[in-house]
Amino acid sequence: MNLASLTHDLAFMTPEVVIAIGAMLLVLIGAFVSKSAYRAITYLSVVVLLVAGFLGVQYAPDNAQILFNGSYVVDSFGGFAKLIIALTAACAILLSADYLAERNLEKPEYPVLALLAVLGMYVMVSAHDLLAVYMGVELQSLALYVLAAYARDDRKSSEAGLKYFVLGALSSGILLYGVSLIYGFTGTINFGKLLTIAKDSSNVGLIFGMVFVLSGIAFKMSVAPFHMWTPDVYEGAPTPSTAFFATAPKMAAAILLGRFLFEAFGEVVAQWRDVVSIMAVLSMFVGAIFALQQTNMKRLLAYSSILNMGYAMVAIAAGPVYGPSALLLFTAIYAITSVGMFGVLLSMRDAKGKEITNISGYSGLSKQRPLLSLALTIMFFSITGIPPLLGFFGKFQIFIAAVDGGVMPLALILVIASVISAFYYLRVLKVVWFDEPSVEIVGGLATTKVTVTGVTLMIALLTPFIGLIYTASMTAGHLFK
Amino acid sequence: MSNLPILSLITWLPTVGAVFLALVAGLSKGNAEKNASFARVTALVVSLVTFVLSVKMVMDFNTKETAMQFVENVPWFGVIHYSLGVDGLSVLLVLLTTFLLPLCVIASWKSVEKRVVEYFIAFLVLESMMIGVFTATDLVLFYVLFEAGLIPMYLIIGIWGGKNRFYAAYKFFLYTLLGSLFMLVAVAYIIVKAKTAYIPDLQNFHFDPAVQKLLWLAFFASFAVKMPMWPVHTWLPDAHVEAPTAGSVILAGVLLKMGGYGLIRFSLPMFPDASLYFQPLVYTMSIIAIIYTSLVAFRQVDIKKLIAYSSIAHMGFVTMGIFAFNKIGLQGAMFQMLSHGFIASALFLCIGVIYDRMHTREIAFYGGLVNRMPIYAAVFMLFTMGNVGLPGTSGFIGEVLTMQGTFLDNRIVALFAASGVIFSAAYMLTMYRKTVLGPITNPKLETITDMNWREVLVFLPLIIGTLILGFKPGLILDFTDKSVEFLSSQVLTAIK
Repeated sequence: MNLASLTHDLAFMTPEVVIAIGAMLLVLIGAFVSKSAYRAITYLSVVVLLVAGFLGVQYAPDNAQILFNGSYVVDSFGGFAKLIIALTAACAILLSADYLAERNLEKPEYPVLALLAVLGMYVMVSAHDLLAVYMGVELQSLALYVLAAYARDDRKSSEAGLKYFVLGALSSGILLYGVSLIYGFTGTINFGKLLTIAKDSSNVGLIFGMVFVLSGIAFKMSVAPFHMWTPDVYEGAPTPSTAFFATAPKMAAAILLGRFLFEAFGEVVAQWRDVVSIMAVLSMFVGAIFALQQTNMKRLLAYSSILNMGYAMVAIAAGPVYGPSALLLFTAIYAITSVGMFGVLLSMRDAKGKEITNISGYSGLSKQRPLLSLALTIMFFSITGIPPLLGFFGKFQIFIAAVDGGVMPLALILVIASVISAFYYLRVLKVVWFDEPSVEIVGGLATTKVTVTGVTLMIALLTPFIGLIYTASMTAGHLFK
Repeated sequence: MSNLPILSLITWLPTVGAVFLALVAGLSKGNAEKNASFARVTALVVSLVTFVLSVKMVMDFNTKETAMQFVENVPWFGVIHYSLGVDGLSVLLVLLTTFLLPLCVIASWKSVEKRVVEYFIAFLVLESMMIGVFTATDLVLFYVLFEAGLIPMYLIIGIWGGKNRFYAAYKFFLYTLLGSLFMLVAVAYIIVKAKTAYIPDLQNFHFDPAVQKLLWLAFFASFAVKMPMWPVHTWLPDAHVEAPTAGSVILAGVLLKMGGYGLIRFSLPMFPDASLYFQPLVYTMSIIAIIYTSLVAFRQVDIKKLIAYSSIAHMGFVTMGIFAFNKIGLQGAMFQMLSHGFIASALFLCIGVIYDRMHTREIAFYGGLVNRMPIYAAVFMLFTMGNVGLPGTSGFIGEVLTMQGTFLDNRIVALFAASGVIFSAAYMLTMYRKTVLGPITNPKLETITDMNWREVLVFLPLIIGTLILGFKPGLILDFTDKSVEFLSSQVLTAIK
């Protein structure tokens, strides 16, 4: 590789470079300046993310650019995802600022680690060969393990970090094993080459490898039957970290799985559709039914994310022609709504500033904090998929994709799962609106308030302009035709 | 005619009012009492202005035209447009909605005491959604508004309802959601196949008969729950019993009509073959609804529940008339829906009057009300008779037309339906006798007071409407005539 092609390729990677340099600079600032620089570093990392998100779209060319000898691809599919990942990650970092400061955890490592995780996600959504996939996944995961265990004096947080790490390492192993199988049987790890090989021959080893890789990514997505870690990690990790886990990494993993299956195995949909469909059905049922018994809000949202990733799997099962745009739109809306929901969760503090995580603690919220409960209501109805809120459009697009892609039975199962899940979302709303207050609830801190307000307004007011996001997702999703 | 987007105005004015109310109440932080009276006045003014606008719209409406009028069309996303319009089928339903809303506001003037501001915000938002359902001419826009009404209604039942309100609110929400989501899958399918969501275009799009059946079932699942038809009717009595009076009025007066409207607007013209195929099913369900729920109504001890079951029976006439596949039946169905909108609303308001005073709806508690409340007894009498279908009231015309239409198609069904009229007379008159007539036996009723001027004011328009429509049904039939004729001829040619 000569210098000219290196600079050409690097130019397309400007967003990634910005994040990487930003993270390095911030860690240096953090090391040399006193603890008081924490705020500045947090806000700077938000700025870095916003710039990177903007650049992610800006540098997404109309035609896919394949870089670095075919190991990296920059296109609008990834560009769309990068924007949403950066936005939701920025929100999650904002949510963490006051929370960590209140608990004397304000160390500059937190925003820096979050930045590095986002860098990993950027690599994930743009990966065009299996080693790039592995690199992205590992960079993201290693940063996330630390974020889970960030409150290291708290036993639950350490437990969450350890659990996440052990199971995450196992799944990385599975992923790597799949990669080696694929390489062993075909002699390539490049998505483009795999596409032709998979089409020409029915190679059992290749299919085995594909299923292993799929399982490894499914673990990161927390899709059943690889979901076991999710509720425990969500519950134990500090809430801002949970907010981070539930949004951007989920989207990145879903997009990665989509790209892997659409780009490398797009010609042999029949080989993976059944596996994906089974995972989708399992996730939808696990997410819908197990959540019914939860009393802890964080665990409830964990199951909610399993459920929603099940929906995303339906979009993937719809195949490379109709699936991508639905996948983009749905995961984007899910990530935005989710970060807002965690913002509400972080706003639930009692008079001593302690978090309220039990659903029963939410009783009578509407009498004490009418605006906060309005925000919560909008988000919960949105994630249930009730129009005219944003969440409806994501789900609707999945229905369209399911019909187009010929997986109608999955759409019908989605209907049933939606109704079951509506029951538990409504249960929270019932507690908020219909019950009498039990404990005094103090609203969120400043940065939380800003984030919650922003996200709520977005969910409630974007409906008339849904055409903008819709068109963007359609353009970005038409890549694999 | 001006270029004013009058339909958008009518549809969104209530929402604008709600937002205004929320902002003012949120910013003022004044005392609750002041905010509450401000909310009442704002809600009344907004709903009255909306009503006036819709009256103007109805007066400008050309009854000779079958196409959509006052059309508005703006691209929204993909093939979906924000497109509004009204024709003979929807124009009067819009008017019914805007007419009932001010009455609801007045009816809840005193009876709603807690969270007054939120209550009126929910009501105004609900009004927008309901009007939007009737004015939308895009399938997805229709669905969005159809479903969006769930949110305010869930809150209205759940916050301001009676003792068992959580159960009722859940049941209402989940039943309707399940039905609607099946419809959503069908909507997705239609958009994928037809590549348009504009309703008049879809009515000319011919779906394969085998597919039609599935699509018909999916739409029917949603509309049957909304109507509600036996056997998916069980949410309605619970919702009615627990909802506040104005909530019941809206539920019976407008929300139930969405089901019938949907059947006329979508099921019949879009899936004519399937409609014909499933005609026996609908007939059977309608007959069971008419006879079975009438018998159930007879055994109720709660007045509101009784009226709720009677609503289901009356909606049975509507479905029966729609699926008779002729002009008279459809005319009857339209008329019955509008007339039921008046009569059922009035009956729920009647119950509200005594409930506000005694806080119970048990039939056994009352008796001899005529001695203390002569005006009330007269008003209640009129609407009881209307519900029975006495000639001279609007209820009569609806029942006669639907039965006539059905008779032309299937005599046996008409025969069964006619027996339902007798049942309805039986339970309504028994209920009336037990609550109003005779001597006062319960000492608690000794001091009950008659209706005050505010309550009379609420009933006055309803009384006038019921009687005028009973004597001059042409007022409605002229509006629906052309559209119904067009629709029935379209359906008949499609079947042949």
